[in-house]
Amino acid sequence: MSVVFKNRLVRWIDHRMPIFSSLHHEMYEYPVPRNLNYLWNFGFLAGLMLIIMIVTGIVLAMHYTPNTTMAFESVERIMRDVNYGWIIRYIHMNGASMFFILVYIHIFRGMYYGSYKAPREILWMLGVVIFFLMIVTAFIGYVLPWGQMSYWGATVITNLFSAIPWVGEDIVTWLWGGFSVDNPTLNRFFALHYLLPFVILGVVFLHVIALHRFGSNNPLGIDMKRPQDSISFHPYYTIKDAFTIGLFLIFFCYFIFFNPNYLGHPDNYIPADPLVTPAHIVPEWYFLPFYAILRAIPSKLGGVLLMGGAIAILFVLPWLDRSPVRSGRFRPMFKWFFALFVINCFVLGYCGANPPEGHFILISRIATAYYFAYFIVILPLLSVLEKPKPLPASISESIYQPKNHLE
Amino acid sequence: MKLPSFLLKLAIVSALSLTTSATSVFGETTEIKIPQQEWGFTSLFGTFDRAAQQRGFQVFREVCSACHSISKLSYRNLTEIGFSTEQVKSIAAQDQVVDGPNDEGEMFERAALPSDRFKRPFANEQAARANNNGAYPPDLSLITKARPDGINYLYALLIGYQNPPSDIVVPDGRYYNHYFPGHQISMPSPLPSAGLVSYADGTEATIEQMAKDVTTFLAWAAEPEMEYRKKLGVQVIFFLTVLTILLYLAKRRIWARLK
Ligand code: HEC
Ligand code: HEM
Repeated sequence: MSVVFKNRLVRWIDHRMPIFSSLHHEMYEYPVPRNLNYLWNFGFLAGLMLIIMIVTGIVLAMHYTPNTTMAFESVERIMRDVNYGWIIRYIHMNGASMFFILVYIHIFRGMYYGSYKAPREILWMLGVVIFFLMIVTAFIGYVLPWGQMSYWGATVITNLFSAIPWVGEDIVTWLWGGFSVDNPTLNRFFALHYLLPFVILGVVFLHVIALHRFGSNNPLGIDMKRPQDSISFHPYYTIKDAFTIGLFLIFFCYFIFFNPNYLGHPDNYIPADPLVTPAHIVPEWYFLPFYAILRAIPSKLGGVLLMGGAIAILFVLPWLDRSPVRSGRFRPMFKWFFALFVINCFVLGYCGANPPEGHFILISRIATAYYFAYFIVILPLLSVLEKPKPLPASISESIYQPKNHLE
Repeated sequence: MKLPSFLLKLAIVSALSLTTSATSVFGETTEIKIPQQEWGFTSLFGTFDRAAQQRGFQVFREVCSACHSISKLSYRNLTEIGFSTEQVKSIAAQDQVVDGPNDEGEMFERAALPSDRFKRPFANEQAARANNNGAYPPDLSLITKARPDGINYLYALLIGYQNPPSDIVVPDGRYYNHYFPGHQISMPSPLPSAGLVSYADGTEATIEQMAKDVTTFLAWAAEPEMEYRKKLGVQVIFFLTVLTILLYLAKRRIWARLK
């Protein structure tokens, strides 16, 4: 269905460059399954969060100084002397946490409803690329204020590359631009921290192109077959997304205005000091599960490989889970292993927050084992062993049954 | 449908317990239980007590500033805790700061102006250490944000000097403080006795009173935006709540078109 625009200028431009028709096509009439639940709102929210991060980040960059002698001071200047600087910084700082909360829910959603399965493999893999880039961006960003945790976190994490045989030490020196984390490191981290969000933006664009090829998956995990199965994006999902933006912003603003340092670490308000090591070096909460995997392994190289593997394995998830049924709702056994997987991630996070001593070592090893077993053993086996429940014939049919799944 | 929402709830609950338990393991500091005090200003809508802030400034000025800087603050910031511009000018003028170079290329001393940052007691870290048995008195501009449970910790630290247990030998130049990580601090008790300062408003300067006041002052120094932040937060969240309710109603109405 092609549209006729009322405005003549719009019509004139659109005839030569059909940007308005594409927008109309992709954001107005774009068909969406009518039975999406609220877990499908988190992708839109993550996109909004990316924009918020870019906008606040650019404003911060106007006042920030990437130099070891001035970085900490310049952030404090933003907090105290720049008009509304504290809001900008607290939005950006807490925004990183919010971004990860949204994206983690978004990822778990995809894993439960089998959104990674054919024909959405590329969509899924682009998502994993975004997640990986976010991790790098957030890690690098955390170094910029040049507090104690910035400095020591950067030292610990960049040092991991030294585990690579033969060239490890050289790679670390190359990353640092010297023989320790110092001014060249801070400077390049700033350059990269400015660059990467725009790379993310580009990948998000591809992610959406891939999404729009087959449209959203849905809680039933079956394709849209009939016109009644879908509704247009606008106004139905635009208004639904707008409502959840409101809810999310309330949650977000609680942290910004009433508890801005709750998710952070007090040591980062101490200026970086290469001579004083903090008692415990802990990363931001969103890295804790991966940090636990890293430390669960007695060998440094092994830990690094498993930590990388924990993310890399997500890339091949579409080929590990061979079950033809997408939605966990119709998979009686998968459901419970998935629930355990989510709980297991929290267990890993808990271990990551604690020093690797005593029973935490054992727990984090078991949890690491389950993390990988879920992908390598459980999902492939379930594809063979599990007998899925019968699927409904179509989305619209399931809606008109007495049990209403609309929301 | 049940499972995702169950997991969401689980996530929220465990996230809350994770962060609270995690803060208690971040650093051995918190293995020592820090007693919780009543602070009017830490509550959701709480504001600072101006009189306490000003008394706290007096304690800082007369006691702590011999060793500690608050270099992120300028004299002019004192107007935010109720000092008049005139008072700030005369407070600043009590300090001599180095300025320059002048037209002859010489550095010179002059009285501080409200726009200057607070004068540091020592020229640099080395000088500070040399005067404090090798220990460095940290800058206090951010101290309550830079320690776990910083406000209660600071207060506890100031009143936490005790005689060491008999099995512990405290080396020279160190003092036993129950709340300091490792218990052996290089700062001699800064508030050893009542009446160290005499408050103009007639408040009795007990050790606890001085500790409380200077903690209030330093909590403000660390988060001078706090009162405005909360005030703005109330307005923003009120606005968002109304907006969200309207959006929800609109959503209901639009979705009702679907049969
Ligand atoms: C005689 C100099 C001196 C005075 C006066 C003094 N301090 Fe200190 N302060 C120090 C030194 C030295 C240290 C470093 C102690 C250490 O690291 O062991 C220190 C450390 C501190 C710390 C950091 C403790 C920690 O957790 O690392 C705080 C907070 C503090 N002082 C507050 C105050 C306050 C508030 C006052 C005024 C009531 C004050 N100090 C007065 C010398 C002083
Ligand atoms: C993918 C989006 C982004 C993420 C996840 C992210 C993450 C972070 C994090 C965790 C911090 C440390 C906050 C703190 O403790 O103070 C930070 C700081 C910073 N970021 Fe970003 N950021 C993003 C985008 C951007 C962009 C686009 C810019 C600029 C163009 C930017 C500029 C800065 C600056 C200047 C700082 C240092 C100031 C400060 O510490 O507050 N960021 N970022």
